[in-house]
Amino acid sequence: MSAGSQPVLIDIAGLTKRFGSFTAVDGVSFTVARGEVLGFLGPNGAGKSTTMRMLAGFMIPSAGSARICGHDVQEDGVAARRALGFLPEGAPTYPEMTVTGFLTFCARVRGYGGRELAERVEHAMALTRLGGVLLQPVETLSKGFKRRVGLAQALLHDPPVLVLDEPTDGLDPNQKHEVRMLIAQMAPQKAIVISTHILEEVDAVCSRAIIIAAGRVVADATPAELQRRHPSGRLDDVFRQLTMEAA
Amino acid sequence: MRNVLIVARRELGGYFATPVASVFIVIFLVLQGTLTFNLGGFFDRGQADLNPFFTFVPWVFLLLVPAITMRLWAEERRLGTIELLLTLPITQTQAVLGKFLAAWVFCAIALLLTFPFVITVNILGRPDNGVIASGYVGALLVAGAFLSVGSALSALTKNQVIAFVLGVAVCFLFAVASYPVVTDFLSRNTPVLAEIARRIAVIDRFQDFTRGVVSLRDLIFFATFIGFWLFLNTVIVDQRKAD
Repeated sequence: MSAGSQPVLIDIAGLTKRFGSFTAVDGVSFTVARGEVLGFLGPNGAGKSTTMRMLAGFMIPSAGSARICGHDVQEDGVAARRALGFLPEGAPTYPEMTVTGFLTFCARVRGYGGRELAERVEHAMALTRLGGVLLQPVETLSKGFKRRVGLAQALLHDPPVLVLDEPTDGLDPNQKHEVRMLIAQMAPQKAIVISTHILEEVDAVCSRAIIIAAGRVVADATPAELQRRHPSGRLDDVFRQLTMEAA
Repeated sequence: MRNVLIVARRELGGYFATPVASVFIVIFLVLQGTLTFNLGGFFDRGQADLNPFFTFVPWVFLLLVPAITMRLWAEERRLGTIELLLTLPITQTQAVLGKFLAAWVFCAIALLLTFPFVITVNILGRPDNGVIASGYVGALLVAGAFLSVGSALSALTKNQVIAFVLGVAVCFLFAVASYPVVTDFLSRNTPVLAEIARRIAVIDRFQDFTRGVVSLRDLIFFATFIGFWLFLNTVIVDQRKAD
């Protein structure tokens, strides 16, 4: 399903990644329009992170293409990445930098300066509630805070496309709730892809879910439609059924 | 260019946010001082020049420059921050140049802190300060050459120890390329390579500078050398970033 007349901001066609004889991602295609929150589900090693890395232009696909706001991520990478907010797997950040220092660096690279830069950094820190730790080096922060620093970096420039690899991993239940609220609140203006293996998250924030197993898309539907695919009506059972069949 | 400077500034800030900067500078100055005064016979020679100082500079750099470059890319890969850096709206070339520039500025700072040597010879005698200046230019270029080699090799691995050892080994090859131990062996087997080895020897080129000769040929050599290795660096980053 599509979100009606909203423009398609993410367009993935036949994306494939092979490592030697192993095919990690096998012909994955989908589009995401503005206003959609796509939950990207799959067991560990199914190819979620690999797909997201190719979408972010970090990994070169063996075949297929990915476009962000019409820009091919390989041919026109800088333009594509300008429109993208990306949270890599594990939310890596430079350990010796302070939270402010790190976000200021990201804002500078994004072309901001002077007062606007300060406002952007402040806004991103407010959204992710980093106010209390702004002068702490990232390495001294807890896992949850590190994740939020990574999230702040992705939101800094208010990008039309957000790709978040496990944004709530390592957060406590309250923080998870906050991040989900934040995603839901931003959803109408953006095309968002989040990967997760927490199925309740799909129900909570996603307008659509894709399940991949062994590198292939095995389901692409709304959470409600997916639930109907199993007699029990529970997403866990649907997930298990689909991914076990493919494996 | 703006992005290159932003990357360089962050990188340089990283040196000073960790003990890397102070440890490196102190060790560099201690080594350089000890070698110049003891092995170089700085005072005993009774000459107002910095020849003993410049004799040892490339060898100290040979050991210490790979210690700076080993982390440049290997650490980014190990921490996963390379994924963050290269998904920002900058090109890989800008990232490579920025990191190299930061390391080079850092070496320049270390070299600048050897200024007491210059003051000392100026108090004790009347040295040719032009020769000293060209020696410093040469030293900076040697640092740049070794940095470009070390940076490219650092992109090959996630392991900083491997990056360091590879860096020292390859820089050593370029340092001694014109020494008889290399050229004799090569001229016996492949004379063409012996000639090439003589041309690409970093230390030979550096010696011109310490004699006060700044020639266009040497400048072009260093520019080409650094350019080649940084190009290789970009290619390696592109090929291996996601491994």
